[in-house]
Amino acid sequence: MKMKDFEIQDYKDTRSGFGAGLSELGKTNPNVVALCADLTGSLKMDAFQKEHPDRFFQVGIAEANMIGMAAGLTIGGKIPFTGTFANFSTGRVYDQIRQSVAYSEKNVKICASHAGLTLGEDGATHQILEDIGLMKMLPNMTVISPCDYNETKAATIAIAEHDGPVYLRFGRPKVPNFTDPNKKFEIGKGDVLREGKDVTIIATGHLVWKAIEAAEVLLAKGINPEIINIHTIKPLDEKTVLDSISKTKCVVTAEEHMVNGGLGDSIAQILSKKMPTPMEYVAVNDSFGESGTGEELLTKYNINTIDIVNAVEKVISRK
Amino acid sequence: METQDLEKISSQVRRDIVRMVTAVQSGHPGGSLGCADFLTALYFKVMKLNPDEFTMNGEGEDLFFLSNGHISPVLYSVLAHKGYFDKSELATFRKLGSRLQGHPSISKSLPGVRIASGSLGQGLSVALGAAAAKKLNGDNSIVYTLHGDGELQEGQIWEAAMYAAANKVDNLISTVDYNHKQIDGDIDDVLPMGDLVKKWQAFGWDVLEMDGHNINEILKTMELAKSKTGNGKPVMIIMTTIMGNGVDFMMGTHKWHGSPPSKEQEGIALSQLTETLGDY
Repeated sequence: MKMKDFEIQDYKDTRSGFGAGLSELGKTNPNVVALCADLTGSLKMDAFQKEHPDRFFQVGIAEANMIGMAAGLTIGGKIPFTGTFANFSTGRVYDQIRQSVAYSEKNVKICASHAGLTLGEDGATHQILEDIGLMKMLPNMTVISPCDYNETKAATIAIAEHDGPVYLRFGRPKVPNFTDPNKKFEIGKGDVLREGKDVTIIATGHLVWKAIEAAEVLLAKGINPEIINIHTIKPLDEKTVLDSISKTKCVVTAEEHMVNGGLGDSIAQILSKKMPTPMEYVAVNDSFGESGTGEELLTKYNINTIDIVNAVEKVISRK
Repeated sequence: METQDLEKISSQVRRDIVRMVTAVQSGHPGGSLGCADFLTALYFKVMKLNPDEFTMNGEGEDLFFLSNGHISPVLYSVLAHKGYFDKSELATFRKLGSRLQGHPSISKSLPGVRIASGSLGQGLSVALGAAAAKKLNGDNSIVYTLHGDGELQEGQIWEAAMYAAANKVDNLISTVDYNHKQIDGDIDDVLPMGDLVKKWQAFGWDVLEMDGHNINEILKTMELAKSKTGNGKPVMIIMTTIMGNGVDFMMGTHKWHGSPPSKEQEGIALSQLTETLGDY
């Protein structure tokens, strides 16, 4: 693999991509407003708060009220972006999102940091692994999980133009920033990062870079993988997925999420209906996380680079 | 509009409520009957509205959010009489394909409804957002809400209550339907809430009280409430009502919170409610 295709520009956290995107929106779109539940620094919303104090709402540790207020702000033409950790953005306020946002078709952008295991030492109370599933089950909801700083920034800007509820998932750690900073973010469009012929690896979020690392290992073993970055889990880019899998005849999905309800399940649903194909999941196996560093946790819960490699070898053997 | 005109409307609204829930043998008559006078006064005298050209954003007009969505029959009847849609549509209440869902919804674009409600405790937060949007837009209209008393047991209400006072949300007039009843019985038996006036005052709200079945008192109190907007504090009105008011056998008991009358009981109920504007 030519590594220059995936040159690491720098190491940055995806949440900072959100903060940068929100700050830019503040300057370009006067209808954009932001709400935060006492995590302004963690969500990197400080710039927007400083630049547009009149359009920033500090709600305190009261996430349910924040979601309801966001729904109300749309009545009056505002485009609210809510910010807190993924756990408090979804599970804690599921019914508020369900009734006041999704069912009520409100143009609210639920922006969630510290998703998955890689928030690290805080442990399982904060490491939500069910959020993609919770959000994708809601009718009207768009679910987006970008892979690096540049893509998160672009996604933040793009969702302001989309009319309807969006769940935007990102994380805490500094990770390789490798996507083109000038690339326009297209909601619902899968991105073939590398063409190959032996297996399709479909990844989302932080696991996209892990898939690229896995590809290097696989190439050394004589396996030529195709890699797709699925940043929009709902609506899913069926065509890109099926075009690839019809060529490679097997697939591995990779995500920093529970095996139940995540990207893998969405892919499996399409395959079972349209193209039954051997498939392996790289995802957390029905378990809560725990304290540790992000890398230690990805390894312990079997969603690191080596796990993608192993899953590829297994799925190829099933062809 | 004179008080006696409002009383005529609320009598017809009560008939509509009884007929709607009887027709489909489901729905919530008790709280609906108890709030008929208040909602009639609100929509026909208190609020600045534009029923002919309903828009989601409602710019330049007052907004109302029904947080206790189960009393949808009273809202639907009042909206129909106000002209948001034809009153013949009341006959579709809770039926398949109807815009008049069991609990208010925007999924079928019913004019007059801007948010779904039914799962309790969410409407005050929504109103805070709408009130904030009005301020950002330089729109000096008022946002109104109605809540059940039992609904105040939801924690989100108190999150919103704290926010409203701390942030001086003073274009908001909320009302609690204080009928002392919830599905399982008297509030004092299910989960006593203590002194509601003192509670809301302690949360930093301007608190008024009124009799929810005295139209003159409702109008006077609402005018007082309006005069208190713009003063840096949200306004809460504790409105005393009788669940099932207007139908003798339904009054003052939680048993009619969510149960419809039989056909025979409907006849008795309607004999106590004057048909003033023609049944739908």
